[in-house]
Amino acid sequence: MEPLHSATHPTPHRPRRPDVVFHIEGVTKVYRMGEVRVHALRGVDLDLYRGELCVLLGASGSGKSTLLNILGGLDTPTAGRVLYGDQDLTAAGEGALTAYRRHHVGFVFQFYNLIPSLTARENVAVVTEIARDPMRPEDALGLVGLGERLDHFPAQLSGGEQQRVAIARAVAKQPQVLLCDEPTGALDSKTGVVVLEVLERVNRELGTTTVVITHNAGIAAMADRVVSLADGRIADVHANAERVAPRELSW
Amino acid sequence: MIRAIDRKLLRELRAMRMQALAIALVIVSGVAIFIMSLSTLDSLYETRERYYRSHHFADVFASLKRAPESLAWRIRRIPGVDKVQTRVVAYVSLDIPDFAEPVSAHLISLPEAGPSLLNRVFLTSGRMPEADRDDEVLISAELAAAHGLGLGDGLRATINGRRERLTIVGLAMSPEYIYQIAPGAMFPDYARYGVLWMGREALAVAYDMDSAFNNVTLTLAPGAGTGTGTGAENVIDRLDTLLAPYGGTGAYAREHQLSHRFLSEELKQQQTIATVFPLIFFGVAAFLLNVVASRLIGLQREQIASLKAFGYSNVDVGVHYAKLVLAIVLLGILGGIGLGVLLGHGMSGLYREFYSFPFMDYVLRPRVIAAAAAVSIAVALLGTLHAVRGAARLPPAQAMRPEPPPVYRATLVERLGLQRWLSQPTRMILRHIERRPLKSLLTTLGIAMACGIMMIGGFQRGAIDHMVGVQFGMSQRADLTATYTEPTSGRSLYSLQSLPGVTLAEGFRSVPVRLRFGHRGYRTTLEGLDPHGRLMRLLDKELAPIVLPPEGVVLSDYLAELLQVRPGDRLVIDVLEGDRRTVQVAVAAIAEQYLGVGAYMRRSALNRLLREGDAISGAHLAVDSPRRGAVYAELKEMPRIAGIIEQTSAIRAFYDTLAQSVLFFTLIATLLGATISFGVVYNSMRIALSERSRELASLRVLGFERGEIAYILLGELALLTLAAIPLGLAIGYGLCAYLAAAFESDLYRIALVLDRGVYAWAALVVILSALASGLMIWRQLGRLDMVAVLKSKE
Repeated sequence: MEPLHSATHPTPHRPRRPDVVFHIEGVTKVYRMGEVRVHALRGVDLDLYRGELCVLLGASGSGKSTLLNILGGLDTPTAGRVLYGDQDLTAAGEGALTAYRRHHVGFVFQFYNLIPSLTARENVAVVTEIARDPMRPEDALGLVGLGERLDHFPAQLSGGEQQRVAIARAVAKQPQVLLCDEPTGALDSKTGVVVLEVLERVNRELGTTTVVITHNAGIAAMADRVVSLADGRIADVHANAERVAPRELSW
Repeated sequence: MIRAIDRKLLRELRAMRMQALAIALVIVSGVAIFIMSLSTLDSLYETRERYYRSHHFADVFASLKRAPESLAWRIRRIPGVDKVQTRVVAYVSLDIPDFAEPVSAHLISLPEAGPSLLNRVFLTSGRMPEADRDDEVLISAELAAAHGLGLGDGLRATINGRRERLTIVGLAMSPEYIYQIAPGAMFPDYARYGVLWMGREALAVAYDMDSAFNNVTLTLAPGAGTGTGTGAENVIDRLDTLLAPYGGTGAYAREHQLSHRFLSEELKQQQTIATVFPLIFFGVAAFLLNVVASRLIGLQREQIASLKAFGYSNVDVGVHYAKLVLAIVLLGILGGIGLGVLLGHGMSGLYREFYSFPFMDYVLRPRVIAAAAAVSIAVALLGTLHAVRGAARLPPAQAMRPEPPPVYRATLVERLGLQRWLSQPTRMILRHIERRPLKSLLTTLGIAMACGIMMIGGFQRGAIDHMVGVQFGMSQRADLTATYTEPTSGRSLYSLQSLPGVTLAEGFRSVPVRLRFGHRGYRTTLEGLDPHGRLMRLLDKELAPIVLPPEGVVLSDYLAELLQVRPGDRLVIDVLEGDRRTVQVAVAAIAEQYLGVGAYMRRSALNRLLREGDAISGAHLAVDSPRRGAVYAELKEMPRIAGIIEQTSAIRAFYDTLAQSVLFFTLIATLLGATISFGVVYNSMRIALSERSRELASLRVLGFERGEIAYILLGELALLTLAAIPLGLAIGYGLCAYLAAAFESDLYRIALVLDRGVYAWAALVVILSALASGLMIWRQLGRLDMVAVLKSKE
């Protein structure tokens, strides 16, 4: 496993707060889709702070998923720099990124991405078995309120339940950051609220830095900060004075 | 505690068990044939070796006219000689109750006291004959079985012109006659040829061989070697010199001993089978694994992305899918070993019956199992390497995105400006084939392989029919061939000619010779024939009869190739009979011959060459079939006739032999071809269906009928199948040519004759199995879920 590169020269004109988790600097991303070149990000600068719950808001195609993938070490930017603490993710190799994902990041996907051939418990175990200091899968599922459905296969669970299994799977390794890509995108509002409550609770109780991306502006009120993306650029950063409980969100 | 990721593997294996089983079965077949062939081969070698050792099989053999026993002492003194056993051996004709046809046998002496030093017999039942009893014999177990003879039964033999009544006191086998075949015959015929053993004293009296012998065998001292170019050659040369004054006909090493040679040829063929067939199976298994693994990995794109998002490394993911492949292969290997051992036991048992072995040691070497396992695993991993590597390398973010629309282009046909004539669905077919050229090529190759394998079956049957037709219909056309005990005046032909029922008699002279050209040499018989004979004719390449030239020898094509000679070259001929002269003769022509390794010349020329008058060694006879029985009876009464070979029984024997050793594989090949072609066609179509079900269901939503979408899928199948057939026929031709060359031996050659029926049959089976899989796909197209297509994500 190759070590992550240390960033020895932080940018002088933007002094960094000590509790910065992610420092994003001039990130652009161009990728090919078939024979078409897509400009997903066109120069993004952003800092994310320890323990905050940040919502990335934007229409589809605004580049929010691409940004999340880069933060999670699933993708590398075409240009620019991303620091995780002191570590430069953009200079990291395949092995270092794998280790970074394995030990620091929890993912929640829009379509849950559970492994259909494994039960809820086993879906969590797939992650805890390779993590350094994981919770027990049963505890993680208890945290999301699924202590009773440990041995159900994905096909036997509702969409909301599947997403909660996915959250349990993401938090079971006790990650520093939790990255959620449209976690409620495939759910009705009632189920969505349950899922958001779980995320809020994990953020509050475990102090995990949480990034949630959504195109639903109604969700923004539950965040510490709301970052709006449009056309691959940051359009607005807005800090909420107070976090609204998911139960009281209006969709 | 099974890890969750391994549990995923097990569950997925169970979900795809039918496909996994189908692939495992192909591997089972490959491994089973591999283990069957190699373990049978090892068993035969091992058993033969043990039998030879325990029964003291000789290294050198020689026949002569008559020599005093004191000569044995001088033979023993040849450097490199270990043990020497002198014998009296006679070729006799037998009269078996209730069997009208002629039966010939070798009558071999047993030592007066104690067991033989060499070529010891194995008594399967009964006891040894008394040394001085001229009416007690052992008979070969095969001959006894063919006629239902047992201990105490009697038979009559013409021994040195006298009819004797013999009683069977024991049944026996000998390492000298593992392959029991009459001299001059090509295949064993247990009903018409056998071996008898009698006490030396009694036999010596009958043949005036008191304190004399006419046959000697010996073993070489350790280190002397048995092959050509070794100490054996020296021993043979010195033995020939010693025996020459006593009418020696030339000593030969074990490798030229008839039974040993036949067995060696059989083992060589077994080796070919052990390589060719498993190779084909493994190739097909690799293809199927590749298809299935690629598809599985394609379906699990998102799962792979998730696993990598959780921190599973490329190696972890690669190993995960490699394990899946290995699980299938392991199943195949285990099944294959089981089946292979079972078949190996059966096969070596069959050989034990077919040959004359008193026992059979089944040998399964660990290295055979290890090789089978290693080859299967290597081939499977090689077949799936591409797909597994692709899975490991897939960047997670890219895997998370829906697959980009596959890149299609206008096809060559369209770029040529022919699109006006193509409908949209036809364009889809062509573009799809062109977009995945490797996959299309592999599918075509798989079907072609199946087509090729199928041809082997038809080819072998056709080739044998052709061989028999040419050899016995056009070349050797005699009904009976009678051989004299020694060369006789050509006038004796008249007495044969005048037998009632004999319509034509043609004399021949045959003499053992060694042919030499440069450093190459070959022992065979040189046969003198009538230039315009009708019962034994030589054929040229176009199968037209060759008129024997006044001078010069005509060689069979195989012999010409062995010696590397062409017409016009001058051969050195060592005559191994009479005054053993050495002469030089030009090669006049080459004859096409599928059986044996013959050399021929005009009989008058051969008589001149031997400085003898009008002498013949025997005669080819044409006989009226209703009077055949009467002719046999007359011939049996002629004391000078040593043996009679009958044409129809020779053909029957020929078929019997080939039916067991070659036609067995015809069935396997045909069965295999059909299975493979169905497996390949069905598997690739099934996968194409699952890959494109979305696209096809969308078309259904747009109002296409089942037949119209079936056309898109099945049209591709039809096109690939049609492309595969000519390729398959070419591959089949190549395979047949390879087998014909691999099975070539000095005993027989398989002609590369493929009639139109063989091609048609292979094509037909491929088309039928394509139709069958098309039908199954058609039914599955009826079950396409249109609603799911609209709802599901992409």
